[in-house]
Amino acid sequence: MKIVAQRPESLTPAKFHYCPGCTHGIIHRLVAECIDELNMRENTIGICPVGCSVLAYDYFNFDMLEAAHGRAPAIATGIKRILPDRCVFTYQGDGDLASIGMAEIVHASARGEKITVIFVNNAVYGMTGGQMAPTTLLGQVTTTSPYGRKVEETGYPIRMAELLAINEGSAYISRMSVNNPANVTKTKKSIKKALQTQMKGLGFSMVEILSTCPTNWGLGPMDALKWLEENMIPYYPLGEFKVKEAL
Amino acid sequence: MKKVLMKGNEAIAEGALTAGCIAFFGYPITPSSEIAEYMARKFPLLGGTFVQAESELAAISMVYGGASTGFRVMTATSGPGISLKSEGISFLAEAELPCLIVNISRGGPGLGGIQPAQSDYWQATRGGGHGDFQIIVLAPSSVQEMLDFAMEAFDLADKYRIPVMVMAEGTLGQMMEPVIPREKVTQFIGKPWAINGCKDRKPNIVNTLHLSPEFLEERNHVLGDKYKVIKANEQRAETYWTEDADLVVVAFGLMSRIVKKAVMEVRKRGHKVGLIRPITLWPFPVEHIKKAAETAKMFLSVEISMGQMVDDVRLAVNGKAPVEFYGRIGMIPSPEEIADQIIKLAEREGF
Amino acid sequence: MDSEKQVLFAGFGGQGVLSMGKFLTYAAMGAGKNVSWLPAYGAEMRGGTANCLVTIADDEISSPLTEHPGMAIIMNRPSLDRFEGKIKKNGTLVINSSLVDRLPQREDLNVFQMPVNQIADEMGSPKGANMLLLGACLQKTGVVTVEQALEHFGIIFKGKKESIIEKNREAFLAGVQYAKENW
Repeated sequence: MKIVAQRPESLTPAKFHYCPGCTHGIIHRLVAECIDELNMRENTIGICPVGCSVLAYDYFNFDMLEAAHGRAPAIATGIKRILPDRCVFTYQGDGDLASIGMAEIVHASARGEKITVIFVNNAVYGMTGGQMAPTTLLGQVTTTSPYGRKVEETGYPIRMAELLAINEGSAYISRMSVNNPANVTKTKKSIKKALQTQMKGLGFSMVEILSTCPTNWGLGPMDALKWLEENMIPYYPLGEFKVKEAL
Repeated sequence: MKKVLMKGNEAIAEGALTAGCIAFFGYPITPSSEIAEYMARKFPLLGGTFVQAESELAAISMVYGGASTGFRVMTATSGPGISLKSEGISFLAEAELPCLIVNISRGGPGLGGIQPAQSDYWQATRGGGHGDFQIIVLAPSSVQEMLDFAMEAFDLADKYRIPVMVMAEGTLGQMMEPVIPREKVTQFIGKPWAINGCKDRKPNIVNTLHLSPEFLEERNHVLGDKYKVIKANEQRAETYWTEDADLVVVAFGLMSRIVKKAVMEVRKRGHKVGLIRPITLWPFPVEHIKKAAETAKMFLSVEISMGQMVDDVRLAVNGKAPVEFYGRIGMIPSPEEIADQIIKLAEREGF
Repeated sequence: MDSEKQVLFAGFGGQGVLSMGKFLTYAAMGAGKNVSWLPAYGAEMRGGTANCLVTIADDEISSPLTEHPGMAIIMNRPSLDRFEGKIKKNGTLVINSSLVDRLPQREDLNVFQMPVNQIADEMGSPKGANMLLLGACLQKTGVVTVEQALEHFGIIFKGKKESIIEKNREAFLAGVQYAKENW
């Protein structure tokens, strides 16, 4: 019998703890598939954040490190500088990366650290129970913006991909989405490109991935995908924002 | 080896290099910056890593990443930087990652001043960050010891899988003394826990998150047991003239040298005074103090602070004798000033 | 506290005050003595006054600090105002009279004066002022002998151009000569 689908070697058999309809699972699998296909499992070190994916070390089947909130890019810097031939990536959410870890991500990018960042943007703090994130959309209701996010109180959602693409140290920056099969395929290609950017030593790479949080958005899984498409994609346009020529 | 004239900050950096440190991650702050500058000059030539981080938070996180690879790595800063690094130090302690953290101390609180101080004693010896943890703290008193203790710190760090701090007053970082260089360390203990790619083995995980209450408690016991072993094995102190001393002065760091001079002077004048100089601030040399407390009639803690180590002296003396305190902050008490204090006490008590 | 010799160097930033101290430190180390060099550091370094304290001893140096140095080398007026009162009783005070427009008030001190900047200018070596005074001091006090200091010139100025080392040596020797003739 021919095997048509199986668990990537880079994922453990552990069951994901993620809520029904959450797209973290898809993104984990895409990362694992890319690392398998690039034949880098034994050469990879992953860093998980504080946030819903804090337990990612249970799911990825290679060396993993669990970081303090927001510090993953600095930790990745410490590892990569000492082990420059390893594949080092961080997996971070929007609160971790765009709020408490803003300095670390901007400077890792500015220094052109040869690491890859998988940035999962679901416009809300998931693990702590649905508080406003720096990427929460205007008007979006969260537990700390109960009347909807207002410009005059909290300013505007941050577009990280665009912001980091400005840095000379950034070699590959994209924003993808996992809201439908076609976009999932594109996301996988982009993750692979980011990892290749790192291994070629071209500089910093990040794939921002628009993701759902049905639980904290208060929506069913299908409605959440629709909400992402109708609300997030117009504000957070998809595409590649930086592709260093040598790639 | 032939003596070389060195600044304390340079000696600590040189000691780290001699011990096989291959990476430095730091952020500039007076009076510690020469350590970073020394490493920035040396590492490009030696093939090591120097990164000037965007913040103290990032610097200690880079140390966290670097230490997790199993290589010897370090950072250096001053008190305000240690405050920011406390997050990372707590993580390093729980992840049991060995590394060297240097505090070239200045006066606080707040921005305080860049004058030498010992007022980060509590911060250093009480863990400093959140959670139940300790780190080993060594207090050098000479430029030679800045070099030697940097090396010793890496050995202790590897042996116990614990962050080790070398804490010295700003003055010690800035002053120069002749130093004997040491042989370069080339043998290191194996670190099977390091994360460096899972070739031919199961994946390693460096983690400090323990959602199961039972496992959280178990982890705290693991750390607690380790700390007991360190307390039993690693208390270090120098003692002078304590056998017949009525009054035992306790002082650490550069301060202890100044006190030693004062104590020598006071002894010449016929007062029976001794000195205990803690070398490990954690574990505090309780045994040395206890022994002295069997005969001494009084203790005096002299510090460049408002009185921090005096707490530990009192705990160790455990009510056997009164414990007095004398301190300055912003300036270092002179030998003459301390001698006056000791004589005042001795005359008051009739020693 | 007598076996240790403590020398304070004080002046404006840029007068080579810290270098004088370092020179003496190297020379003392070369002479096989224990020595420490302690600068006033930090904000004080940037402009304004500079000072450092050198402690030299045959045995282990217990304290690299003192309130009352046995000897002070004073390169400008503000330093005299600040440190005159602190010098040990019957101590030694060496003054750059080019930049100090008053006499010391204390009568117990051994005072030596030299118009350092004037002589340095006359020699066409304005930057050699500090070495001039140092040469004179060592000749007079023997904290470290002139021979021992000369022996270590190469090490002290390691990395500097030969012509610069030579200029410093000239200034140092001129200072030695001045002390022989005037002090």
